[in-house]
Amino acid sequence: MPIISIRDLVVEYEGRRVLDGLNLDIEHGETMVLLGGSGSGKSTLLRQIIGLERPKSGSVHVKGIDVTRCNPLELKTVHRSIGVAFQSAALFNSLSIEDNVALTLREHTRLAPSIIDLVVWMKLAVVGLADFGKLHPQELSGGMKKRAAVARALALNPEILVLDEPSAGLDPIVAAELDELILLLKQAFQMTVIVVTHELPSAFRIADRIAMLHKGAFSSVGTREEIRASKEPRVRQFLDRVPGDIAHTPAVAAYLDKYMQVQET
Amino acid sequence: MANVLEDVGRNTLSHLDYVGSLNIQLWATLRAMGSALPFVGNRYRWKETVRQMLEIGVDALPMVGLMAICTGFILAMQGASELRRFGAIHYVIDLVAVGFTREMGPLLTAIAVSGRSGSAFAAEIGSMKVTEELDALKVMALEPVEFLLAPKYLAALISVPCLSILCNVCGILAGGLFMFFSTHLAPGLYLRDVMASIQLQDVISGLIKSVAFATIIAHVGCQEGFRVSGGPDSVGRSTTAAVVKSTFLVIVADAVFTTIFYFTGKA
Repeated sequence: MPIISIRDLVVEYEGRRVLDGLNLDIEHGETMVLLGGSGSGKSTLLRQIIGLERPKSGSVHVKGIDVTRCNPLELKTVHRSIGVAFQSAALFNSLSIEDNVALTLREHTRLAPSIIDLVVWMKLAVVGLADFGKLHPQELSGGMKKRAAVARALALNPEILVLDEPSAGLDPIVAAELDELILLLKQAFQMTVIVVTHELPSAFRIADRIAMLHKGAFSSVGTREEIRASKEPRVRQFLDRVPGDIAHTPAVAAYLDKYMQVQET
Repeated sequence: MANVLEDVGRNTLSHLDYVGSLNIQLWATLRAMGSALPFVGNRYRWKETVRQMLEIGVDALPMVGLMAICTGFILAMQGASELRRFGAIHYVIDLVAVGFTREMGPLLTAIAVSGRSGSAFAAEIGSMKVTEELDALKVMALEPVEFLLAPKYLAALISVPCLSILCNVCGILAGGLFMFFSTHLAPGLYLRDVMASIQLQDVISGLIKSVAFATIIAHVGCQEGFRVSGGPDSVGRSTTAAVVKSTFLVIVADAVFTTIFYFTGKA
């Protein structure tokens, strides 16, 4: 039985269809990468999976609970088994990195403070931030913030780890380090990992399977090799970095011609 | 004409939606208040409540005190200039004492707290919304109302009445200073007259108003924060809206309470 099962998911914002009848199963221990261009609906799908928004229709079952229809108590139960690292890291600026990681442990467990301190240190050590726990988020670099967000997401040993654009805005070296960290975490904790990204090297490094989104629908779902070998035009366009037709519309062409004529005279 | 009716209808619905949201938020906060209480609640929440009490209450002491002293002088001087003509300058004591205890103390405090803390609540929660921190709270199975609003509301419920009492004391002392310098009335006699003019129900009505004002300020401030959508510019707009709406609602609530107390004989 898949740990996450998405069926006929339709999401609309003010009448505009953002996700159009998606179906996807994610198995236990699998790393699923949601790949797609800007505005393809990746982050919207992610917000549906973690139960932050309700769809127009369809269902998202996480560990057997439909997060689109469950009551708040059931949703909290689901949330305790999901760790999420947001695109902006979303660390609490008023708290130190240690306190950010300790927050869920203090709120959801009855562990003694000394044990919580130890767990926090371990989680920070896993992401290479053991010496930076006393700092506040605003004192960290972009890459360190992302790693701190991963440490916080790992605090309750979640079964599912969700990472929204983990390498966005990072230099290639730090992005590669994050990829290695994701692989290490999966190996060490045997967790299901869902990663939203549009970075191809990262996707092909960490994914077991890739689901390619285009205009709110899956254009292709498969293993890394299957996606690489895909002949599907949208997938090929994305993988081969072929520009879209925005720059070739008649209106833009006419404007450019006119501009060039003015420049020449 | 159709457009006008459409606008009226849309604005009415929008205001009803706002009031409805405030009510829902108030009940959700009351249900979550237990977690912010000392001994029986979550100790981290109580710690946050104490921090908020320091910010809302202690940090506002100089400002509220100074505002009260200035207003006390103004009230005494304006009253004296008229009452002196009738040989009734002695009634300045009643004017300042009763005026501050029933009205000026709670109102001045509410305006100061609205400007300082109501805007801070909106800015804090609005920023958290923009930076996805509220979403992070939800996926960490933490309820933003319980985590953010309950400590702020409890802190406001404790701090605002305390500040209001301080405001009363400062305003009445300013009136005493004025009486001392203008009529050489001994401070002891002034205090005796103040105690004679104030009744317990004046103090209680002032405190009831303070509690209501604290509720308005905390909930409007936080509601404006939760309603932020878009980018950082909307945080600025919500901060302004928090101050404007809470000040307006505080004055409306004051008018309602004063009318009730007037007709029930408590004011």
